[in-house]
Amino acid sequence: MFILLAMPVVQIIIFGFALTNEVKNTAIAVWDQAGDPAAVSLIAEMEASRYFEIDKAVSSREELDKVFRLGKIKMALVLPARFGSDLGHFNKASVQLIADASDPNVANTLTGYAAAVIGDYQVRITQERRQPYTIKPEIKMLYNPELRGAYNFVPGVMAMVLLLVCTMMTAITIVRERETGTMEIMLVSPARPLRIIMAKAVPYFLLSVVNITSILLLSVYVLDVPIKGSLLLLLGESFLFTLVSLSLGLLISTRVASQQTALFISLVGLLLPTVMLSGFMFPIENMPLPLRTVSRVVPARWYYNIVRAVMIKGAGLATVWKETLILTGMLLFFMTVAIRSFKIRLA
Amino acid sequence: MREKVIIAEKLTKRFGDFTAVDAISFDVNKGEIFGFLGANGAGKTTAMRMLSGLSLPTSGNATVAGFDVYRENEKIKRNIGYMSQKFSLYEDLTVRENIRFYAGIYGKSSSFIRDKTTAVLQRLHLTGEADKLVKSLPLGWKQKLAFSVAIFHEPRLVFLDEPTGGVDPVTRREFWQLIYEAAAEGITVFVTTHYMDEAEYCDRVSIMVDGRIDALDSPSVLKQQFGARSMDDVFLKLARKAQRTAD
Repeated sequence: MFILLAMPVVQIIIFGFALTNEVKNTAIAVWDQAGDPAAVSLIAEMEASRYFEIDKAVSSREELDKVFRLGKIKMALVLPARFGSDLGHFNKASVQLIADASDPNVANTLTGYAAAVIGDYQVRITQERRQPYTIKPEIKMLYNPELRGAYNFVPGVMAMVLLLVCTMMTAITIVRERETGTMEIMLVSPARPLRIIMAKAVPYFLLSVVNITSILLLSVYVLDVPIKGSLLLLLGESFLFTLVSLSLGLLISTRVASQQTALFISLVGLLLPTVMLSGFMFPIENMPLPLRTVSRVVPARWYYNIVRAVMIKGAGLATVWKETLILTGMLLFFMTVAIRSFKIRLA
Repeated sequence: MREKVIIAEKLTKRFGDFTAVDAISFDVNKGEIFGFLGANGAGKTTAMRMLSGLSLPTSGNATVAGFDVYRENEKIKRNIGYMSQKFSLYEDLTVRENIRFYAGIYGKSSSFIRDKTTAVLQRLHLTGEADKLVKSLPLGWKQKLAFSVAIFHEPRLVFLDEPTGGVDPVTRREFWQLIYEAAAEGITVFVTTHYMDEAEYCDRVSIMVDGRIDALDSPSVLKQQFGARSMDDVFLKLARKAQRTAD
C-alpha cells in the first residue's frame, strides 16, 4: 500500500525535477594560450553564465587529455595564442570547443550551449565597439567523433545486463529453495553455508562471463565500438562488478521471504536506480545533491564510469582505481552481510 | 542399559516473551520409533529444530547421537537425516538425480551411491521411474522416496516432521513399513504426526501440550493410565487442557 502511494510521488519528483538533460553548472576546463584581455573577458563570460563552471585551467595538451580521461570535465574551451591579436587585427578569431563525446547527447548539448554563450559575447562586443567581430567556435568531439549512440549505451547495457542476470536470478534462486523446502534439508545437512552460497553463485557467474563476452564481441564487431583500453582490465572490472551483483542478489535472498518480494526488490530497488542514477541516461552532475548522494551507493554508477573510461577513452587502472576500490568495498560489504544473515537463519 | 540417541534435559526455546518449548526432558533409545505428538502450535517443530541443529536452544541441554547441540551441531548434522513437513525433493530433477544430489551433500562416495541407489529403487519399485522427473510421480511415491533419501546416508537417527500429511491410508501403511525396516536396521526414528493410528505404531510416544511434555510412555501404558480405549482419546484428554490456540 505504501509502495502504491509513494511510487508516483517519488517518480514524479525524480523524473520531473531531478533527471534533466539540461546543462547547469557543468564543470569545464580552459586552456588559455593567449592570456590577453580579449581571452580573459571571453572566459569571464563563460564563467558568468549559469551553464558552466570553470573547474580547471590547463596549460598543455597532455594535461587536457588527462582531465578528460579522469572524467572530471565534460568539455574544454581552448583559446589559441593569437586569439586577442586576431580579433584586434582581423575582427575575426576562432576558439576550439572539445567535448567528451563518450556520451554524445551531453556533448551535443554542451557544445550547443557553449557556442551560444560565445555568440552572445560576439554580439555584445560588436555592439560595444561598433565593429563586426566574428568568433568562430570549432567543435571537436573527443573519443567519438561521429557521435555514435552505441558509445554511450554499450557501457550502460553491460551494467544493466550483468545486474539483471546476477542480482535478480541469484536473489530468486535461494528464496525459491526456501519456498520449496529444499533449503531446510540443505541446512540440516553437513553442507556448510558458505558452500551452499558459493554453489548458488557460480552458475550465474559463468553465465555472466558468457554475457560479457557476447556483449563485447557484438559491440566490437557489429556496432564498431572499439575497446580502446586494455581488454584484460575491462574483463577484470566486469568480473568484479559481476561479483558485486551476485553478492547483492545473495543478500536480498537471505533477507526476504518470497520470490515475489525478491523479484520486486531487485526490480524497483535495483533496476530503476541503475537505469536512472548510474549516469547512463541522465548526467549525474545535473542532479540535485540528495540524488547525487544516492547515486553514490548504486554500484552500476561506478562500473559504468569504469567501462566508459577503459573502453571508450582508453584509460588504465591508474584512472579508475578509485571506482575499482569502491566496487571492491561494496563486494566485501555485501558478501559479509549476506553470509552473516544466512548463518543467522541456521542458528 | 540401552544406548541413548537423544538425551534432552530441560530444553527450552523462547522467542521474546513467548516460550515455545518449556523445559522438556526425555530420552530416545537406539533403534526406537519415538512418536512426538502434539496439537498445532504445541512446540513440536521448534523442539525438533533444536535437536537437528537448525535452531539454538535458549536454555537446557541436549545431546543427539552423543553430540552436544550447542557446540557440536556440525557433527550432529552428519549423523542425522531429516524429512520436513514440506515435500522437499527437487521436482525438476529425476529420481536418480535427487538421490545422487542429496547423497553427494553428505559426502558419500560414488560407488556407494551407485550400489545403494539400485537397492533403494528396487525396494521402492521405482526402477522403471529412475530417470523420470520427480514432479511426475504421485504424492505417495514422492513421500516414500523422500524418506529413502533422508536415510540414504545411513544416519543414526532420522527426524520425520509429519511425513504422511495428505497421503492416503494405504500409502501411509506402506510408508510405515519403510519406517519399521529402517528401525530394524538400527536407525532411530523420531516422528511427529497428527494421525493417532500412527501413534499406535510407535514404540513410545510423548504428547506435548503448550510447550511441555504432558505424557510419555508406550501407547498401551498411556491408554491404561488415561483409561482410554485408543490413542485418540488419550490425545483429546490432554489436548483439551491446552491454553494456547492452534497456529
